[in-house]
Amino acid sequence: MRQNKPTISTIDWVSVTLYLLLILFGWFNLYAANTSPDTTEFFDTGKEYFKQLVWIVIAFLSIGVILLSDSKFFVEFAYIFYGISLFMLLLVLLFGVEVNGAKSWFQIGSTRFQPVEMAKVASTLAIARVMSRFEFSIYKTRDLIKLGLIWFLPFAIIILQNDTGSALVFTAFFILFFREGMSPYVILFGFIAIIVFILTLVTTNFFIHLALAVSFLLFVFFKAGRKEALTALLIALGLFGTSHLALRYGFKHTNLNLPLFIAMAGASLHLAFQAYIKRLSIIWVYLMMFWGSVVFAYSTDYFYEKILNDYQRTRIMVLFGLKDDPLGAGYNVNQSKIAIGSGGFSGKGYLQGTQTKFDFVPEQSTDFIYCTVGEEWGFLGTSMVIILFLILLIRLIVLAERQHSDFSRIYGYGVIGIFFFHFAVNIGMTIGLAPVIGIPLPFFSYGGSSLWGFSMLLFIFLKLDTNRGELIR
Amino acid sequence: MGNSNRAILISVFFGLIGLILIIRLFFLQVIDPSYKYFADSNTQRKITEYPSRGLIYDRNGNLLVSNQAVYDVMIIPREVKPFDTLDLCKALNITKSELDALFSELKKNIRNKKASTFKPNVFFKQLSAEQYGVFQEKLHKFSGFYVQRRTLRKYEYHNAPHVLGYVGEVGEAQLKNDKYYSLGDYTGISGIEYTYENYLRGFKGAKFVMVDVHGREKGALRGGRLDTTAISGKDLTLTLDIDLQAYGEYLMQNKIGSIVAIEPATGEILSMVSSPGYDPALLVGRERSDNFPILSTDSLSPLLNRAIMSGYPPGSTFKTIMALIGLQEGVLKETTRYACNMGYHARGISVGCHSHTSPLDLVGSIANSCNAYYCNVFRSVLDNPAVGTPQQGLDKWKEYLTNFGFGNRLGSDFFNENRGSIPGSSYYDKLYKGCWSSLTVISLSIGQGEILTTPIQMANMTAAIANKGHYFTPHVLKAVENDTIPSRFKTSHDTHIDSIHFNPVIKGMEGAVWSDYGATARIARIPGIRICGKTGTAQNPHGEDHSIFVAFAPKENPQIAIAVYVENCGFGGTYAAPIASLMIEKYLNKEIHPSRQWLESRMAEENLINETE
Repeated sequence: MRQNKPTISTIDWVSVTLYLLLILFGWFNLYAANTSPDTTEFFDTGKEYFKQLVWIVIAFLSIGVILLSDSKFFVEFAYIFYGISLFMLLLVLLFGVEVNGAKSWFQIGSTRFQPVEMAKVASTLAIARVMSRFEFSIYKTRDLIKLGLIWFLPFAIIILQNDTGSALVFTAFFILFFREGMSPYVILFGFIAIIVFILTLVTTNFFIHLALAVSFLLFVFFKAGRKEALTALLIALGLFGTSHLALRYGFKHTNLNLPLFIAMAGASLHLAFQAYIKRLSIIWVYLMMFWGSVVFAYSTDYFYEKILNDYQRTRIMVLFGLKDDPLGAGYNVNQSKIAIGSGGFSGKGYLQGTQTKFDFVPEQSTDFIYCTVGEEWGFLGTSMVIILFLILLIRLIVLAERQHSDFSRIYGYGVIGIFFFHFAVNIGMTIGLAPVIGIPLPFFSYGGSSLWGFSMLLFIFLKLDTNRGELIR
Repeated sequence: MGNSNRAILISVFFGLIGLILIIRLFFLQVIDPSYKYFADSNTQRKITEYPSRGLIYDRNGNLLVSNQAVYDVMIIPREVKPFDTLDLCKALNITKSELDALFSELKKNIRNKKASTFKPNVFFKQLSAEQYGVFQEKLHKFSGFYVQRRTLRKYEYHNAPHVLGYVGEVGEAQLKNDKYYSLGDYTGISGIEYTYENYLRGFKGAKFVMVDVHGREKGALRGGRLDTTAISGKDLTLTLDIDLQAYGEYLMQNKIGSIVAIEPATGEILSMVSSPGYDPALLVGRERSDNFPILSTDSLSPLLNRAIMSGYPPGSTFKTIMALIGLQEGVLKETTRYACNMGYHARGISVGCHSHTSPLDLVGSIANSCNAYYCNVFRSVLDNPAVGTPQQGLDKWKEYLTNFGFGNRLGSDFFNENRGSIPGSSYYDKLYKGCWSSLTVISLSIGQGEILTTPIQMANMTAAIANKGHYFTPHVLKAVENDTIPSRFKTSHDTHIDSIHFNPVIKGMEGAVWSDYGATARIARIPGIRICGKTGTAQNPHGEDHSIFVAFAPKENPQIAIAVYVENCGFGGTYAAPIASLMIEKYLNKEIHPSRQWLESRMAEENLINETE
């Protein structure tokens, strides 16, 4: 049954109000970041706040179009949108202009557009479409491959554009996957992977393997069988000692990596044999996890040394506090912290900021707009922005949960994940809690395509929500 | 785990992250006092530390170019408080109207967004060290002003302006292309200051200081952890011999022309004179804006480096290389004789020659500079049946010249070298619509016609003859502090002419100076030095011909190869040969023999510029 109530009465006014508040507050801060005592004219069309105003108007018009359209339209055209946005991503890879090292912009005249913002909307729609299909199951290989491809294609192209930050936004979909029944172990493995990755940066492969082997044996010892673990340990020690001595005196080979590898392989074979004859299936799982981690450690090492460029390596090192680089990668964060910290509890007052105005903070109107909030509105302002975002996110979760149709719910969680990722990482990076990956703060950062993209993401969901009682197919 | 539980779990996770952010912000903004300093609307200031530019030495370690300190008065407009303008005039030693002009300039720049009211701008450039002392004492009265130390070039010798080049402020294009530069920075504009800018400039440093509301420095920001020190530029050692250079400029005074002297064994340029020149100190600092327009509009173009940029027909000096080509091609032997009947006459075309004994052999033909001889040699090269058509013959001829470095940039240290021009068959095919023969282009045989070479190319040719078949790219960079010079200066180029063929040519060049009969350059004889040379006259359609002389010495183990051009003074023996011989004598003996001092003073005192005007 189609409800014929007008959209205006069924739209979620809580979200709309929050959206308008954030847009308004964001624009005021953009104005503050862009004015200085030098500026006299307001209608300076070259100024960022003026351009942003134009984009806000464009976003409002697009919202109007969305609200007037039919919800079914987004389901029907999900794949087509997705195809178009992939095509745009490829096009920008060939013909785009480079900004800050990332080739992810189209330029027409003085206006620049980032197709990745469109790709976020389209990918969310496509993922919702594929996952809401009748009898879709994340445990069916066919379905999983299909979903994985839809997720991976834009991710890979964006990586090729050297826009790592935007690509990482696609990891936000794991919140959606988790909600839709993905095993929590996947997230656990993700954490293990991050820890192993950090370890590869600070220590050698030998110690990582050793640490993995020890924890693996402890697992076996406590969870599977003490006898098996102890015999495996003895075999490992024996193999390690003899192979080390043999290599050392036979081949003048003093590196310990090979003996460790031989020991691990021997002990694993022993455990595999034990698991086979004693039918201890849990050991199989541990073995697979263990060898998976070993391979992962090798590949991250390779990835870090061979694939990442110097700039990315430095960013990562600075992020994990392994390198102090106050004038390079750390400079932005340092200046940003000074600006935010100088705001104090209640701030310096609107338009009174000095740090953010006088070019001390780079990218002050795009990625580091939060500094202006911090400096001029103080802790009251910064915490209010966080609370507004949290209310919006929780509200969106509530809306998503009340959807009758799977498509709307899944799409909603995609939006929630993307908003959360941008919100947490952007604010985190301005206060030194997250890596500086250069992604905007929704509704605050200067940039027409991101403002437009976030508005589209949100209002497509709010439009779907107006038909929450129906099954949208 | 139920899916609605997961919704709660996600909400809790979001809340937790939000809480972490808020706690962190609370510490950063409310608890942590280390950022509180800035809460009192104090700011930091970045002070650029300018490195001193690399010094330049000559081959004997004489300091040619050093640095002098000057002080730029900087202004941060929004920090300026009302002050006594007359006092500021006195402190800067300028008039009230000059000060008003400076302020209106600043206002204009602020309107045009070239300057900012809250960032330092250069207000008054290059205050001298003495005036700086006066200003510094009164500085406390002028809030918003401070002083930035800069360095300018200082020239210890007033020579070699074209080699050294000059330094000036960076232009718009360079600002855009090279992130290193910011507005008002200095960079090399010409000469080696331009070519070796990256060695000379060093690295700028930065000092971050905290400043209070009155603009007073309150110590290093964050204990100086952000500061970087400036790294001085690398010192350069040039191949020039500054004494020889100065002597060359002295001899060339009041004359138009150039001298290039090369050490044949290495390709090192010992001296490169372009006359008229200028004092390099004229283009330093505040004076440059006055002097540059005068120099650049001078009808004698003192800024032009004639040694590398002027192309002339090589004239008879080219007979040496013509002989080498003939010998290598096998169409000429040392014993070959050609008759000369006051010139070369064939099918209605005549190339005149002066009176000398006839017929001459190869050695005699160079010593006497016989035109007819080389008309014959040239035709035998072009019409060589072993090669084919005259077209192919001419291209073969051009190939030899190319091997000697003609028709292309030699690749010296200077970016603005002239290529010169050597015509090939395609040129004449176009000009004569394919209908030409060796006789049509006969004037090439004596270095006239559509052929242009630069003084540096001629000096290089002479060095290649002195080396009997190879040369090193002429260059002025001898060494860079803690670095190596470009490898192209170290590689030998082969002329593809067998060294045995050089012997008769060198003998002929020796004869041109020393033979009893017909020596065209007997004036170049230096007691005790066996000098070999060749005179030349470049035809000048606009006036009197140019005098050319190329030479090297001593004959055995040559130390110096030289090309001298004196414009508008006729035959090569009159001016170019004496000047070249004096240069060689000065370089090898360090002094001029008493029997030749009359020649030295006559050359130096000759004024050929006023005569032509």
